[in-house]
This record gives sequence, C-alpha cells and structure tokens, in this order.
Amino acid sequence: MSILVGKNTRVITQGITGKSGLFHTRLSHEYAPRFVAGVTPGKGGSKILDLPVFDTVYQAKEKTNCNASMIFVPPPFAANAILEAIDNEIELIVCITEGIPVQDMLPVKRALEASKKSRLIGPNCPGVISPDLCKIGIMPGYIHKKGNVGVISKSGTLTYEAVGQTSALGLGQSTCVGIGGDPVIGSTFIDILAQFEADDETKAIIMIGEIGGDAEIKAAQFIKENIRKPVAAFIAGQTAPKGKRMGHAGAIISNGKGTAEEKIEALRACGAAIAPTPAEIGSTVLKLLK
Amino acid sequence: MNLHEYQAKSLFRSYGVKVPDGYFCTTPVEAEFAFRRLSSPVCVVKAQVHAGGRGKGGGVKLVRDPRECYTVAEKMLGMNLVTPQTGADGKIVRKIYVEAGSDIAKEYYLAMLVDRERSAISLMFSKEGGMDIEELAETHPEKIITLSVDPIIGLRSFHFNKISFLADLDKNESIQLEEMIKKLYQCFCEKDLSLLEINPLIITKTHEMLALDAKISVDENALYRQRDLEAMRDFYEENEREVEASKHKLSYIGLDGNIGCLVNGAGLAMATMDIIKHYGGDPANFLDVGGGATQEMVTNAFRLILQDKAVKGVFVNIFGGIMQCDIIAKGICAASSELGIKIPLVVRLEGTNVEEGKKIIATSGLNVITASDMADGAKKIVEACR
Repeated sequence: MSILVGKNTRVITQGITGKSGLFHTRLSHEYAPRFVAGVTPGKGGSKILDLPVFDTVYQAKEKTNCNASMIFVPPPFAANAILEAIDNEIELIVCITEGIPVQDMLPVKRALEASKKSRLIGPNCPGVISPDLCKIGIMPGYIHKKGNVGVISKSGTLTYEAVGQTSALGLGQSTCVGIGGDPVIGSTFIDILAQFEADDETKAIIMIGEIGGDAEIKAAQFIKENIRKPVAAFIAGQTAPKGKRMGHAGAIISNGKGTAEEKIEALRACGAAIAPTPAEIGSTVLKLLK
Repeated sequence: MNLHEYQAKSLFRSYGVKVPDGYFCTTPVEAEFAFRRLSSPVCVVKAQVHAGGRGKGGGVKLVRDPRECYTVAEKMLGMNLVTPQTGADGKIVRKIYVEAGSDIAKEYYLAMLVDRERSAISLMFSKEGGMDIEELAETHPEKIITLSVDPIIGLRSFHFNKISFLADLDKNESIQLEEMIKKLYQCFCEKDLSLLEINPLIITKTHEMLALDAKISVDENALYRQRDLEAMRDFYEENEREVEASKHKLSYIGLDGNIGCLVNGAGLAMATMDIIKHYGGDPANFLDVGGGATQEMVTNAFRLILQDKAVKGVFVNIFGGIMQCDIIAKGICAASSELGIKIPLVVRLEGTNVEEGKKIIATSGLNVITASDMADGAKKIVEACR
C-alpha cells in the first residue's frame, strides 16, 4: 500500500513561483503527475507548468480538492503557510523549508494537535516519496525502487545512501519519509513507525537518526512495545563534538544529552539491528529479511 | 548565537529586569573611571568571554579602590583565561565588565529554554544557586523545580504559586520572583531566545532580588528579525574558520584530526566523519556544502578545509540529489588549479549526473583517487593519510 502518499494524492505547492518551489514541483510532477495547483499570494489567476496558481490555499482546495501540500515558502513566512494549510484541513503537509525560527513552530504544534485532520512532515526535510506512485520533495526519484522497506530519516543525503543501497540489493522501498533535522518537527519517528507497522506492503523498517534530542530513545521504547516488523537503524554523529550544532538546527549534544551512543544503546536494547557504518545500512536490513 | 554577560544585562535592563549597575570596558582607564562612577565600596571586574567558570580561572576579581581596579583590569585584559569550560587552550580576554559589588544573602538559580520534546518553554528554578546546575541535576534533582509553559497559554498566576510553594519562598521573594520571571519570559519570547540562564539570581542583605550573572543564547534562525541582537555577535569568540564558512554559506565545524571532509548534507557529513573514524582515521572537520552549491562554493569549501594546517588529505563524498555531480567535479578542478592541491584527494561521486562528473575528473589530469562507494572512499583516504 505504501503510506502517506500514493496514486490518490492530489498535491499543491505553496510557494510555487519561487525558484526552488518551481524547480522541485517540475521534477516531482515529472516523476509522478500528482500535482494539481500552486499557491502564491498575489499570483492567483496565472498558470505555471500548466497548473493553475491561486492566491490562497482556500481557493486551491475549493477548485482542485487537493489533499496534500508541499511548502517551499521562505523561513519568515513558512509557519504561516503551514498554519494556512492546517486551517484548510489539508491532510498531508510537507514543509521543505530550512531556517524557521523555533518559537514559530510552537503554535504550529498546537494547531496540529487541535486539528486531527492534518499531518505535518518536516520542516527542514527532503520530503516523502512512495516509489513510482508519488514524490513530494527534493529527493532524486531515479535512485528509488518500488519494494518493501520503509525508510524514516532525519537526514536528506544520508537517506539517499540507504535508498541507493537497498535498491542495489533488490529490496526497494515502500515509502521514504524525511522527518527533518529541526528541533521541533511535525511528525516524529514514532508517528511514522506506527504507520509502517500498519502497512502490509512494508516488511522491514530503516530508521536513520542523528545526535540531538531524545526522539530516537522514545522510538526505541515504542519499537519494543509496538513494532513487530524488523527494524534496522543507523545513528549519525558518533564522532560529533559536544555542544556544537552539526548543520541541522536540532543536531546538537546539549549538556551531555542527545549523544549517538545513548541512542544506539537504547535501540539495540529494544531489538533494533544497528548498522555499524553508513555503508552497511542496506546489508543490515537485508540480513533481517532473510 | 551566544551573547556576553554585559550584553545580556543590557537587554535585561531594557525589559526592566533588575541587575547591578555596571560598565563595559576595554581599557584599564575605562575600568578606573567605571569604578569612580559606580560609587560602591566594592566592585567586581569580570572577564567577558563566552564560557562559564570564569572565577576559577581568575576572570572575576573584587576591587576596593580605583587604582586597584585599574591594575586588575590591566592584568585581566589580554590574559589567556583558562576555565573548565574554555578547554586547555583558554580564551584571550578582550572585554571586561566592571560591576557594583552586591551584598549577597542568598543565591538562587533561574533559567528558561525551549523544550523541544514538549514544544513548550521550560522554566527552571532552584534555591541552590551559584553552583554547577548539571551537577545538581545529577546529585539532587529534587532541588530543581521545572515548569512547562505552553506559549499559547503563557505565564499564569498558578505557575508562580506553584514555584513559591515548592521552593518555600517568603512573601517578599515570591513577589520579586514573579516580577522577574514575567519580564524575562517576555524578553525570551520577544527576542527569540533559545536559552536564558541566571546563575546566581541573588537576594541581597537588603532583600532585593537581582540577576547577578546572565547567559543568553539567541535562536540563529531568528536573527533576521532580531537585527539588534545580531549586531551584538562577537566574532572573536567564535572559531575563525567557522565564521568564514558562514560568510560563504557553508556549514563548517573544525575538529582535531587530519582528514578533511567535503560532503553534501549534514546527516551524510556526520556519517562521513563516523565512517572515517571506523576505519581508523581522524576527521579534521565537518563540512556540509549544501544542496545548491556552485563551483565557487566548492572552491571556497576546499580553501577553508586547507586552511587547517593539520589536514593531510581530503575525502569528497557526494550523493547528489539536487546537487549535480558535474558541478562538484568542475568545482574540484577549479579548486585544484586555483589552490594547487598537493595532498591526496579521494573523490566519491554518486547521484545526479554522476557519469558526467566522473568523466570530468578522469580527463582533468588531476591526481584524484576515485572511490566506488562511501566505505571504499573512507578506506582509501585513511590509507592515503597514514
């Protein structure tokens, strides 16, 4: 089945007229023609890539019955764009934007909790893809192969590494979800693990984490209690120095907490197989499926 | 982004938060003048560096007359201050703060930070101030009161009642603490702070509550709308190469090893450091060249990596999605001719336009060791740098 995105996804791009928004809408639509419109305040009534552009998400939804949104809005306005999508009950919101002030995301989390209709992936993420069916994001479509490994990751290019390896081994992916590298994100590892557990197409799960916060530790406990499918994990940043932000806003070891070691230990103790190096993510999950 | 104590106190003053009087100085003459203006029998000369534990290294000194203040300031300015937090290298003191001495009766602790797990704001208070809070959290966690404030709800009376009760504060302290917390919370939210720490928060012998020390971190993603705070950035307190990197829109962190890394993507960059270590090598840096890197950015990235004299070889590990391999390849060639790269270079290219990228490298005449995948690349660079 795959999760979150598929044949029936009807997606709009908020920020479609911006350079990045346009570029990635074109590539994603070429991969799988699921895009139905774009939204840029002030550009309503125009057409781009043969898609109608609207001033508001409200109008876009009314005219196209979209059920997903890809957000390419700059940081100062991105939280507002997410809130607009939630307000219009868009079921899946994928926010690619990096650089949103963390305090802007706090009311967004409240709105998501109140909504119960909308799910947010990101921000600061590469997006979501169900190979051959639908791509919402910046990942290179061609490295993916339809298959049965579900991938959840905080990283972008490190995910492509795992995808490349599993494709080469003939395993393929059911869906790949980039949850993003910010400290406050819409969906956590736990949210997506639950989805994969319930998806009959997914036979094994790859989890890619990194230093910072305790999401992986909470996920480990969740795996122990709720996940029967095999899980392979890789945690980046064993060599990261303390107290330094390693690229991602959320990738920082604070007061000695959030190290890769403690996450690896927690996951191992809860039954996940740990890939000893990033080059062995594919082989680790292959062993689990034998 | 971190601020100095004197900057944090200036910000607190603008929010009506009580702090002792003090003056920022960069010369002994200014320090002496500050002492006279403060008209306090005792003043404190404090080194302004982005590190705690200053007292332990001689960065906090009491002075009792203007001449003594001059002498102490003269010695402190330019000194290399080593504290448990600066590391063995220490930090050069370029700035000092001369503050009116306080008659301390009690020392408390107060902090606010963004709680990423609860997506709320955490408020921490303890009556055990003036000591290492991390140590206290280990030995006596029950002595730290933590409240989670939902930013939609904000601070309410019940928050203050709870702190007063749990900390067993008297009426005077409760009233002053409430005032202080309200103003600091407003500051925290309006100025996009990620951390605010007052240790110690003191009660003087005349029952006044003051913030005796102040540590502030500002959310870097919010600097575009906090230009006044952005202007307070002290580049001297940051690693030179990291500052240079951010000017070129590169993400760079210097480390202690000798294998330079050039990677696209933060997660992959961290994983590259990890795999080098796994094969017995030692990474010299973290560097994320980003998805939209141009030829120029690639050249700047090389220049930055090579500025580190310890670097004996460079591993370029690219999995191009948006990033195109031919752009990286052209960048490597340009960098090589411009900078004259003599040390071993291992290049692993994968993803968009990989064949073009490989061809450009192969026909460049450059002495490049190509790798088939990430593990192969890591092994080769470790070998080359042995």
